[in-house]
Amino acid sequence: MSAMSEIPLPHPAKRVVPWWLLRHETMLAVILLIALVVLGGLNSRFLTLDNLLNQGRLTTEVGLIALPMTFIIITGGIDLSVGSIVGFCAILLGYSWKVFGFPLPLAICFTLLAGAAAGFLNGIVITRVKVPPLIMTIATLALYRGLAEGISQARSVRGYPEWFYFIGQENLFGVPAQLWLLLIAIVVAAIVLDRTTFGRSLYAIGNNETAARFSGLPVDRVKLIIYTLSGFMAGLSACVLVSRVTTTRSDMGMGYELDVIAAVVLGGTSIFGGVGTIWGTVVGLAMIQLLKNGLALTGVKGDATIVVIGTVLILSTLVASSLQRRREGV
Amino acid sequence: MTTVTLAGAEADPRRWLKAFASQEALLAIAVIGLAIAVGLYNPRFLAARNLSDVLLGNAYIAVAAVGMTMVIISGNIDISVGALIGVLATISGTLAVNGAPIVVAWLAALVAGILVMALQGIIIAYLRIPAIVVTLGMLSILKGGLISVTGGKWITDLPDSFHLADIELFGVLPFPVVLMILVTILAALWMRYSASGRAVYAVGGNAEAARLCGISQPRTIVMVFALHGMFAGAAALLYATQLRVIQSTVPPNLELTIITASVVGGVSILGGTGTVVGSTLAAVLIAEIASALVFIDVSPYWIRAVQGVLILVTVIADILRRRRMAGA
Repeated sequence: MSAMSEIPLPHPAKRVVPWWLLRHETMLAVILLIALVVLGGLNSRFLTLDNLLNQGRLTTEVGLIALPMTFIIITGGIDLSVGSIVGFCAILLGYSWKVFGFPLPLAICFTLLAGAAAGFLNGIVITRVKVPPLIMTIATLALYRGLAEGISQARSVRGYPEWFYFIGQENLFGVPAQLWLLLIAIVVAAIVLDRTTFGRSLYAIGNNETAARFSGLPVDRVKLIIYTLSGFMAGLSACVLVSRVTTTRSDMGMGYELDVIAAVVLGGTSIFGGVGTIWGTVVGLAMIQLLKNGLALTGVKGDATIVVIGTVLILSTLVASSLQRRREGV
Repeated sequence: MTTVTLAGAEADPRRWLKAFASQEALLAIAVIGLAIAVGLYNPRFLAARNLSDVLLGNAYIAVAAVGMTMVIISGNIDISVGALIGVLATISGTLAVNGAPIVVAWLAALVAGILVMALQGIIIAYLRIPAIVVTLGMLSILKGGLISVTGGKWITDLPDSFHLADIELFGVLPFPVVLMILVTILAALWMRYSASGRAVYAVGGNAEAARLCGISQPRTIVMVFALHGMFAGAAALLYATQLRVIQSTVPPNLELTIITASVVGGVSILGGTGTVVGSTLAAVLIAEIASALVFIDVSPYWIRAVQGVLILVTVIADILRRRRMAGA
């Protein structure tokens, strides 16, 4: 045994390619380009500006949630309740407007606030009671969906005023309106994650929470903020979704957690925490949406695409973890 | 007087209190108390017909929760089980309709369940991918696969002999309830008295200590998942045979009901503790609540919210109790 440990380790192979080419995001972007070309070759309707912009429209609801989810997974947490918060918020939007008679702008504010409150409840129990995020958000996955079903009694609300449909259906400067919202959110999230103390502390927490605590980082406050943010963005996503599909139903957002987590993990954010970028998540989102669209255009039905997304989720985690293990020499 | 006898003397009255306050006892009291309370409000709730419907219709949840309990005790989670039950029911029903011997149709569900779950166990234990990622991925693979293969078509014209759930042992005991009780007792004995059963607690309680005791953590986890798959197969058979048709879609959020039963049954979500007796009692309690809502004129649409609150309250209570014990 002791003789074994004295054998010098071989020198790591000299890098022949620049480091940024080996980054997960870069590799993913290359795959994305190849996929674009292949799908474009298979179907002439795919690689048109109209189609791509429309796909951007469709990805916004998931994308808005994927940004805070990136923060959460970087800290080593998870939020499975996002899809249920979307449903809960959609129902609240419809009900506060139609049943309580709020003016629609007030109803929207109320919805966003409710989303933030739902996320805050997750965060407060996770940080104060120390319930693991996985279990807490499974419980609220049931709870928020249950509230949506209970409040709505399976009735839908439709007939919103015309101006409300702008964000979900109209274009602004030739680009779908909600895509602007997503773009702004992406830029803000990337700057926060990369350039602020708050953003950097997320990595510290994900790498070693105890060390982060002893370094004087306000770990609990940071976590509380990101789970609240996650709920808020789910509320925003609900408003965009209702505006796009013009109705509210209690099953809205069901299964969003799969798309969101798949996009984040595919984008190179480690499910074990400590690693990840917003750009990776953006490429992951684009991959997932193009996969769905490409498959649909080649005649694969919607139900089969979730098979692909599930497989992609497992495989990308497998590849990422085996790469990481090799890098660490385990 | 030594401290030992002091502690012993003190513990004596407490032990009764402790047995009384155990999760299983609390659940049993809740099951009976709720029945009495709702019965006073609406006596029709206590009609034999209704009570047996509640038990018969939900025995499969209790059976699946036994497996889920083992998985959670081992420190993992599985959210694919609801979709798996849908798939297994369809596999079994398709075989039965196409003329396969009934026993083969039944066994196919068990074997397929074991295979799918063992595969997930292998990925989780040997490739070290978190259970939540693997089972979330599998959930969508099974769910999407089932709908795209069957097109959501229902299976009808099932042979009469296929209906396991209709069997009444000795002419009186309904098979689903017998199976539920039998599975619970056998699993409870296995987990309490056998070395491999204790290993599940060891792996979930302290993986490092378990390893030092010579317990193979990966092998234990694969075993737990394989068993969980077998129970899922049994649950699928009860689910598939209780109606005359099999809806070839995944029962929505079935996994949440099963997880709720396990967690409310006293499994610590931190792993390492819990019993299958508790999870079966909890499954009965949840079914009872769902039925009670109707009898006290509350919309059944609230049931999922009630489940969410139940998980939340038990989990928080469990953690606070542990903290107090650690602090004392």
